[in-house]
Amino acid sequence: MRTRWQKAGSIIAAAAAVAFPLCVQDDYFIHLIINAGFFYMLVAGLNLLVGYLGQLSLGHTAFLGVGAYTSALLSLKFGAPYWLCLTAAQGLTLVLSLLFGLIVLRLRGPYFVIVSMCFAEVLAIVATNWVSLTNGPMGLPGIEPPSFFGYAIVSRRDFYYLMLIIVCAMTYIISRLVNSVVGRAAISLRENEELAETVGVSAFKFGMIMFVTASLFAAMAGSFYAHYISYLNPEIFGFIYMITMLVMLVTGGKGTIVGPMLGCVIFTVVPEMLRGVAHLRDPVFGLVLIIVAIFMPQGLKGLIDRVLQRGKVPTEG
Amino acid sequence: MYLAVNDLTISFGGLTAVEDLSFELEKGQIISIIGPNGAGKTTTFNLVTGFKKPDRGSIVFKGQELVGLAPYKVAQKGITRTFQKTNVFPNVTVLEAVAMGRYRQIQNSFWDILLANKKYQRTERETKAKGLEILSFLDLAKRKDVRAKSLSYGELRLLEIAIALASEPELLLLDEPAAGMNPSEAAKMMGIISRINEQGLSVLLVEHNMDVVMNISDHIVVLDHGRKICQGPPSVVQEDECVLEAYLGRGFLDAKN
Repeated sequence: MRTRWQKAGSIIAAAAAVAFPLCVQDDYFIHLIINAGFFYMLVAGLNLLVGYLGQLSLGHTAFLGVGAYTSALLSLKFGAPYWLCLTAAQGLTLVLSLLFGLIVLRLRGPYFVIVSMCFAEVLAIVATNWVSLTNGPMGLPGIEPPSFFGYAIVSRRDFYYLMLIIVCAMTYIISRLVNSVVGRAAISLRENEELAETVGVSAFKFGMIMFVTASLFAAMAGSFYAHYISYLNPEIFGFIYMITMLVMLVTGGKGTIVGPMLGCVIFTVVPEMLRGVAHLRDPVFGLVLIIVAIFMPQGLKGLIDRVLQRGKVPTEG
Repeated sequence: MYLAVNDLTISFGGLTAVEDLSFELEKGQIISIIGPNGAGKTTTFNLVTGFKKPDRGSIVFKGQELVGLAPYKVAQKGITRTFQKTNVFPNVTVLEAVAMGRYRQIQNSFWDILLANKKYQRTERETKAKGLEILSFLDLAKRKDVRAKSLSYGELRLLEIAIALASEPELLLLDEPAAGMNPSEAAKMMGIISRINEQGLSVLLVEHNMDVVMNISDHIVVLDHGRKICQGPPSVVQEDECVLEAYLGRGFLDAKN
């Protein structure tokens, strides 16, 4: 019963996603949804770490920034084609995340959190001060839009579909991973690391798989962002991005596939509606995080599941 | 020799928790380690499974040295343990928890997983089927869709064993599996351990319940203050003066004689 609903739901959602920019003419609204998609690329990866592996990383913006800067600089300084920018961004991120993973994955809990946060902070300082390369706080304007086989992605609608392709690919990869031995190993580490090791799971190996995958996704998002907005400055490493991601993830429902989607759409669209009180955004995000953590630890996804379950025989004894 | 422990020693600060401990286990045997609280039984388990590194001594399993290996590496050699305190994967269903225990049996490549190909689908089916088989064996199958944390205490202890069995070990270390159980539950646990053993698994057991220990052990190692004070078949150990002294005190022996 559940699975039939799920199937119907995902077909409707997919159809709506494809039809959306054809039905909606408002450019700005499309931009908002592209933004939600951009956040989803970040949050989906973060979900692998926070939701499945159970390690809170506050350094996710590090690889967002690495991806964005690598891609932007190659395009600006060498006029490299988009596919090369993207490949280089992924390559550099792969190397950096492996190196960084070697350090940070030896740590747990609060130590993991602090060190991961420092890494993003260090990169922010580098991006701000290495003016000859990054143009510092003035940023990098005029980044070329991506093009594939001579077809330049320029219009909002084009960007929307590019975003949709990336988002679908990521969702596919994640759902494959978490429904396999890799996902089970990660969840077993989240649930009980001691016991997971007892049945042969290497905390380091699966930490690394999740960490590198999440980082590559973040770099993908960064590259997309740089070429979409066509301007980049060190604020990309900003902590507010990190907090936004966490609010989206936790509110939507961590450790689920649908949760990050819900969180990203809600938290890009709702703040727009509350533009008049924009200065209250940060405190409100903080409050939402606290309320969600206390009253609905499974997030919106958990809430929806509970509503759907109501009236049925409870499975828990 | 299947498992040979030689001169195992570890101290924590000034306290020598295990000192010059040697014992052997032959394939298919059930060996019990008993002794008063603080004798070093659980520490011995931690040493064998790699959770603690001994100061000296060796642990050889099927001709391979285990000292220095991380717990997951020891597990990959075919040794799985349970814990004295209840230790499961709390927020997943019982069947999922057992599937997690089957990590070692799954050989899927990245591409198998990404493409969800035949091999992947077969392993997933097998994982589920084998999980259900183990749950049925332990009489837990009807609880397969329940979250692990909402099981009763007795069921939790069974789930721990189910997770351990799912990893298909050759040597199973059970740390007080019957702790906190009433006599009929303990008898049931004893039956389960015997049946596991009949299927060819060797068992190293730490247990305080003497009915269980005396009935199913091939051999008993008695520890006190980290040292082996006696070993032998149950009938010998039961009559040994050192054992009586360790458990009941010098005064008891004096009174008895």
